[in-house]
Amino acid sequence: MYITRTAEFSASHACYRPDWSGERNREVYGESSNPRGHGHNYQLEVTLEGEPDPVTGMVLDLKELKEIIHNEVIEPFDHRFLNHEVPPFDRVVPTPENIAREIWRRLSPRFNGSGGPRLANIRLFETADLFVDYAE
Amino acid sequence: MTRVTREYRFAASHRLHSDLLPAADNQRIFGKCNNPYGHGHDYVLQVSVSGPVDPDTGLVCRLAAIDAVVEQQVLRHVRDQDLNCWDEFASLVPTTENLAVVVRRRLSGAWQVAFPDGPGLCGVRILETKRNTVEWRLPCR
Repeated sequence: MYITRTAEFSASHACYRPDWSGERNREVYGESSNPRGHGHNYQLEVTLEGEPDPVTGMVLDLKELKEIIHNEVIEPFDHRFLNHEVPPFDRVVPTPENIAREIWRRLSPRFNGSGGPRLANIRLFETADLFVDYAE
Repeated sequence: MTRVTREYRFAASHRLHSDLLPAADNQRIFGKCNNPYGHGHDYVLQVSVSGPVDPDTGLVCRLAAIDAVVEQQVLRHVRDQDLNCWDEFASLVPTTENLAVVVRRRLSGAWQVAFPDGPGLCGVRILETKRNTVEWRLPCR
């Protein structure tokens, strides 16, 4: 059974590589390549897979999941300029693909499958018309 | 696995009607959707691609490249159009299911040319209204 918790954070980012020319950055990243950055209201969906506990009827207490997401992702990401303030985005371009993978990396140690639920999917909406799913 | 989904919107009209069926059957099967003057929807099209994230760019694929294929193969044919007038529906009822079949076939055909070594097309999802959705999905690469 899958359970999903949604969370939001607002952050700015710039998709550009300082070692590339402005023209090359624009060709690859389009308008997102403005080095001064721009912001999004990111929406995050964290999906876990597990079986409901026979006594509590819960795969995981959603309050606990909310707290884990808050501590590992929302607190460090919200109202930050990802390129300047949130490693590894000082050296990794914060595309939605890379942000989704980083969120997986931060959350997966909390769900290592030792009897509890397994991290099944990260869905990150950068905007309403663009989202990325990541799973290992 | 990384899957990127891009969403597009277009308004189009259609009429569900089959020339192979008598009028009474068309009316019975398609109901209001058989109204001779047709009717329209604000369609939502979601196109999913998957593949390895390029370590140089951090992208599965340049969004502009996906947008160009979807524009060329689908959007320019359907945006503010009557689907029944599209050659694709000359002998095919433009249900959401058939629209998904047509979109999938057209995108799949163009995909090999546009992205010979690039990300794979792994999903087409069409929302006719907020309550009606049709989806085709392949396992992600």
